[in-house]
Amino acid sequence: MLINCPYCGPRDLLEFTVKGEARARPDAAADLDSEASRAGFVDAVYLRDNPAGRHKEHWLHASGCQSWLVIERDTRTHEIFGASLVASDAEGAKS
Amino acid sequence: MSGFRLADGGLIDRSRPLKFTFDGKAYTGYAGDTLASALLANGVRLFGRSFKYHRPRGVLSAGHEEPNALVELREGARREPNVKATAVELYDGLVARSQNRWPSLAFDAMAVNGLLKPIFSAGFYYKTFMWPASFWEKLYEPVIRRAAGLGRASGVEDPDTYERSNAFCDVLVVGAGPAGLMAALTAARAGADVILCEDQPRVGGQLLSDREFIDGRPAPEWAVSAAAELAALPNVRIMLRTTVTAAFDGCFAALERVSDHYPEPSAFQPRQRFWRIVAKRTILAAGSTERPLAFPDNDRPGIMLSSAVRTYLNRFGVAAGRVAAIYTSTDDGWLTARDFLRAGLTPVVLVDTRASAPAAFADVAKAVPIMLEGAVLGTEGAKGLSAIIVAAGGAQKRFEVDALAVSGGFNPAIQLASHFGGKPSWSENISAFLAGGTAQGVEPAGAAAGVFGLAEIFAEAAAAGAACAAAQGFAAPAPKLPTVAQTSTAGSLAAWRPNPAKDGKIFVDFQHDVTASDVVLAHREGYRSVEHLKRYTTLGMATEQGRTANISALAMMAQLTGRTIPETGVTLARPPVVPLALGAVAGDHRRGAFRPVRETAIHALSSEAGAPFVDVGQWKRPQYFPIPEDADLAATAAREVETVRTRVGVTDVSTLGKIEVLGADAGVFLDRVCATRASAIRPGRCGYFVMLREDGFMMDDGMIARFAPDHFLVYASTAHAASVYRHMLFCRQALWPELDVNLAAVTDGWAQFAIAGPRSPAVVQALVDAPRAITRTVFPPMSAAELTICDGVPARLCALSFSGERAFEVAVPAGYGAALFRRILDVGAAYGIAPYGSEAMGVMRIEKGHPAGSEINGQTTAYDLGLARALSKDKDHIGRVLSARPALNDRKRARLVGLTPLDPNDRLRAGAHVVETGVAPSAASDLGWLSSAAWSPTLRSFIALGFVSGGPDRLGDEVRIFDPVRGGDCAARIVAPCFYDPNGERPRV
Amino acid sequence: MTFSGFQLLRNALNGGTGWTPHWRKAEPKPAYDVVIVGGGGHGLATAHYLAKDFGVNNVAVIEKGWIGSGNAGRNTTIIRSNYLLPGNIPFYELGMKLWEGLEQDLNYNAMVSQRGVLNLCHSDAQRDAFARRGNAMRLHGVDAELIDREAVRGMAPYLDFDNARFPIIGGLVQRRGGTARHDAVVWGYARAADKRGVDIIENCEATGLRSEGGKIVGVETTKGFVGANRVGLSVAGNSSRVAALADMRLPIETYALQAFVTESIKPLIDCVVTFGAGHFYISQSDKGSLVFGGDLDPFPSYAQRGSLHVFSDVAENAMAVMPMLGRLRILRSWGGVMDMSMDGSPIIDATPIEGLFFNGGWCYGGFKATPAAGFCFAHLIAKGEPHQAAAPFRLDRFATGRVIDEKGVGATPNLH
Repeated sequence: MLINCPYCGPRDLLEFTVKGEARARPDAAADLDSEASRAGFVDAVYLRDNPAGRHKEHWLHASGCQSWLVIERDTRTHEIFGASLVASDAEGAKS
Repeated sequence: MSGFRLADGGLIDRSRPLKFTFDGKAYTGYAGDTLASALLANGVRLFGRSFKYHRPRGVLSAGHEEPNALVELREGARREPNVKATAVELYDGLVARSQNRWPSLAFDAMAVNGLLKPIFSAGFYYKTFMWPASFWEKLYEPVIRRAAGLGRASGVEDPDTYERSNAFCDVLVVGAGPAGLMAALTAARAGADVILCEDQPRVGGQLLSDREFIDGRPAPEWAVSAAAELAALPNVRIMLRTTVTAAFDGCFAALERVSDHYPEPSAFQPRQRFWRIVAKRTILAAGSTERPLAFPDNDRPGIMLSSAVRTYLNRFGVAAGRVAAIYTSTDDGWLTARDFLRAGLTPVVLVDTRASAPAAFADVAKAVPIMLEGAVLGTEGAKGLSAIIVAAGGAQKRFEVDALAVSGGFNPAIQLASHFGGKPSWSENISAFLAGGTAQGVEPAGAAAGVFGLAEIFAEAAAAGAACAAAQGFAAPAPKLPTVAQTSTAGSLAAWRPNPAKDGKIFVDFQHDVTASDVVLAHREGYRSVEHLKRYTTLGMATEQGRTANISALAMMAQLTGRTIPETGVTLARPPVVPLALGAVAGDHRRGAFRPVRETAIHALSSEAGAPFVDVGQWKRPQYFPIPEDADLAATAAREVETVRTRVGVTDVSTLGKIEVLGADAGVFLDRVCATRASAIRPGRCGYFVMLREDGFMMDDGMIARFAPDHFLVYASTAHAASVYRHMLFCRQALWPELDVNLAAVTDGWAQFAIAGPRSPAVVQALVDAPRAITRTVFPPMSAAELTICDGVPARLCALSFSGERAFEVAVPAGYGAALFRRILDVGAAYGIAPYGSEAMGVMRIEKGHPAGSEINGQTTAYDLGLARALSKDKDHIGRVLSARPALNDRKRARLVGLTPLDPNDRLRAGAHVVETGVAPSAASDLGWLSSAAWSPTLRSFIALGFVSGGPDRLGDEVRIFDPVRGGDCAARIVAPCFYDPNGERPRV
Repeated sequence: MTFSGFQLLRNALNGGTGWTPHWRKAEPKPAYDVVIVGGGGHGLATAHYLAKDFGVNNVAVIEKGWIGSGNAGRNTTIIRSNYLLPGNIPFYELGMKLWEGLEQDLNYNAMVSQRGVLNLCHSDAQRDAFARRGNAMRLHGVDAELIDREAVRGMAPYLDFDNARFPIIGGLVQRRGGTARHDAVVWGYARAADKRGVDIIENCEATGLRSEGGKIVGVETTKGFVGANRVGLSVAGNSSRVAALADMRLPIETYALQAFVTESIKPLIDCVVTFGAGHFYISQSDKGSLVFGGDLDPFPSYAQRGSLHVFSDVAENAMAVMPMLGRLRILRSWGGVMDMSMDGSPIIDATPIEGLFFNGGWCYGGFKATPAAGFCFAHLIAKGEPHQAAAPFRLDRFATGRVIDEKGVGATPNLH
């Protein structure tokens, strides 16, 4: 399987480490120990959509440029629709 | 009454005779033979015994679809079971034996199983051997296991080597038969990079088996000239003896049999090479497999697939028998009849299940007695075919024959396409399954696409080759197609006529002895989906994966259930297409090369000093530095500890993870990553850190040195170095990209040594360049500096202590590591220095109660380790929120304590459990476990760290240390987890 | 019909015409007390125990394909109860005891073979971790032995003792562990459940979970609506997809696990062996094939196929521990679809919807759990409260932090 790293170009699966479903880290509430804070982190850390179909995932180009990527992929066919740097995605998610 | 070599003809080299043995008997064949063709030429018919009933079996096919002719090839450590004689190239000195028979192939006592066939039907095992329960493992199963299995593995290490390699191309062509050659020619002429893989040692595929003429020349000659043209092109690579055997997302796996046609690989050659081929487009031109027909006793030696009979005749110059008959539902049988005639052997009868004779074979119809709408009702013969009984038009007739060519249609070789999960589609036209869709750029061509006429194959393969090239921007001119005499092998499925009296002798899966009656039984018992049928009867699970069996069985089940074949279902082929040696797939990742070895700068020095090494992940760390005076390694460790505690020692700590954190926001960043407040560490100082996972459990702990306001160095533990770095990269890039911070993993860039012990300041002082002073006041514990040592060598010095003594860690660029280690020993000699290994270091850290890998094992919390107070609660950091969950801070959790045996000589071992005293040890009285334990030469007692439920609340309590798997059982006391200098005064001395 | 020596003989003489379907080809009735979604080993075992031990006979098992078509028929058939954590040991040991009596319970030979499970260790630290595990097992009344290198050599002389990258220093043995014939487990439970009146409905896919007022009322299927007072989901591999029908998100990601068999050979490997310096496990089936597997494929997948790298990695592991395997050939490989839970342990629990129960998250340990999961799930569905042995497997443990993390890798499902 080839992943088109935005820095390095198409690279083999072997060079990557996969973290799994791309979940955003919640913004902690002012009260770190509030129910809302805890519920937000429980959701983000443990619960997954896990669809059979299009899926956004966090991958690290570990044996390459060491960029964390957001890979959009079909979990039924393994077709990859796109790979972008997580940094740009993270900026987008925060807005 | 058997096969023989024709006086001339065939693609064998009669000038090169080759000697070989089968079951100890010597034979001669020729270069170009397979083991099967050479044995047939020598009149051998009996090759093996079937799996279950030990029926005599001969050769059915001429390729990888062979279910019967399996042998053990070679001897000793190179012995290889279940080798298909039909796929083995003959070489001089080949040694083969028949398998799964006792005492001999000709007389096999296990054939008695055949008499019990009415009992041994499908699913038999599931209904019996249950009484009494305890007899299964002791009696029934051993008997079954011994009877099962085919050949014998060597049982010893494979002496041959293997390689793995990679190849890349625009167009991969699988198979160099007519379709593959034409597709490759077209794509290559257009300029595409082409790899053409051919399983056989020569190109041509089916052209080698047929007496076709192309452009007026014999077809094999055309194939040779096509290959020559391809070979002359710089953009083409032809790989012979290479089977493309599995398709994966984005690549194919192929096996090149580099040396299998030699007795053993020549020097520096691998036996096989395992290829990963990345292709933009793929043309699947792997041909097809012929199907046998279902009739009683259809498994006797001498009954052979029609196309295989022709392969032996035309390619190998071997006639399958002297008196042959043909039984066919396709035109292929007629082709075989014609080739028999040309060889001067007139078949005694051609039985066609169809109603009319194919028009193109008037010559055959004239010369051979033909029976249309006929059927073979049975066969005779003890260890090989001697006669067939044929029915046609209400009459029965017996023919004495020693060979019967059968043809029941062709299955396109679509396995590679199926590996992508595409469901095959049924073609009524050819009564077979075709590849479903064109998954991942794989385009079937030729017989693999269900196209059988040669002219049509050339036209469609050329178009496929052009299309693949064009898809990558290579314009292909319309090729001039070769002219051929049109032949076709259209066929239909022959209907099975259920007959309870005979079904038990109609073999469907030859190797596994699955008969029509087994299919009937599976149907009767409800195993009607194709997968249930397969699993219940073991149909299609033999070494040829049901190539010759599946469709017949499917047709039977369809007939029984009144459904069509596609409604009945199809089983997807799974990788590999052709069985693949494990050694080849592993390549050279064997023995010591299984995984990389990471060595520190002093590996060679340590080795010379006689140090044994311990594996820590991929690292090799010196465990002890024994000297002749040490009684044993335990004494070594004790001496090394005493050296550090009383004088000075040096050890290699280079394996610690080293992560540079640089930038204006480095402190902010670390405060978010660490549960401690890293930003509070002042420049020129070190500080302790704890990292949590986001779920609140411990990830790692260690030290951070701060060399400048914007420059930190994180020392992660050896075991967690890689995962901590990945995690920190994620935090920087995904969570807080707005921070001005950069990370660099420099673990391998620096060699680092701990110099520990009361005399360590003097040793360090002797290393550092003037005017730096190493004193209690100028460079106190927890100091950090970038400096030079040994006359200008850049270094990093931290006054860190893992041992509990005054100690330093000095790091230099890795290239200086060995030299620095020698220098340390040299200048330290005056102070009584000795090197110490990981064992002594471990003992001292247990004495000090520092948690390590056994304590920070991913299951423990900071609270468990007594570190809760070190964490800063007032900021958000990774793991902050979830670490506060009550369950992670429950007093009853197993929490870190120290344990000392009441009798100091009672041995404590890590892994022993801690249970309540005074009650029987049980799950209910289980309090926890020992995570680390050692003999402490300092305390003259065994000591341990452990996790005990509510432990810190029970200091002073007596507990029982229970270690039943090692026979340990003693009393111990719960103490605080620091046995030595609890107030930490010694480093400040 | 009860299988017996007499029946075997009778049918040998009459051409097998006396045999009957092992389960009826049932079509759905309008409503049942309990509908189990998923006709794998777990679903069928649940139905069997509901009918046999909990008096609930009005039960349907609906299966989208053929029974056993999921992971029940795609695993490496290992059974064992050699777990570390107190949350796991009692459950798997309950399972082991049920395995030990399975054939007599089902009157079907599932070839439960207690040939022993040998876990190899390669460092002092790993040996100590095995000791901790073995001691925990012993304290729970489970058999466990820690053996040294020479004893390992006695059990498995063909391992690489001389040239290994990671030397073998010993092993943990559970002699009661072993293998069972996976398909036969499915068929045996189906036949036994069918005998007690359970309807097994194949080719019937759940397309919706209908609830009213927070209570389940039935299942929409490709064969129409089927009413039910209680519904149990037992669809590991597809748990998230089915739970989504009830708007639930689960602590699960789905990954592919490859498994492999070699060509059939004469007896070579007697027990189950696992390699401790990589990830590899192997046994030999009664038919003679070596059956083995290794690591998960690294990315989420529902595709039932794996990648070349893991394929190669498994072979490297095989050669590292058993160099004699070099010339033996992989006959077939395949991919199973694994419910990888966030702590590597399963879930057997009620859901927020009254009457809807969930059994899943089995990672790649579901096969060995078949009897215990069936029994405990039946207990939960019948009584509305968890069986004691499965009480730790609650859904809320992720919120509370009472996770059961044998490997200690946290919420990274592809590392469990």
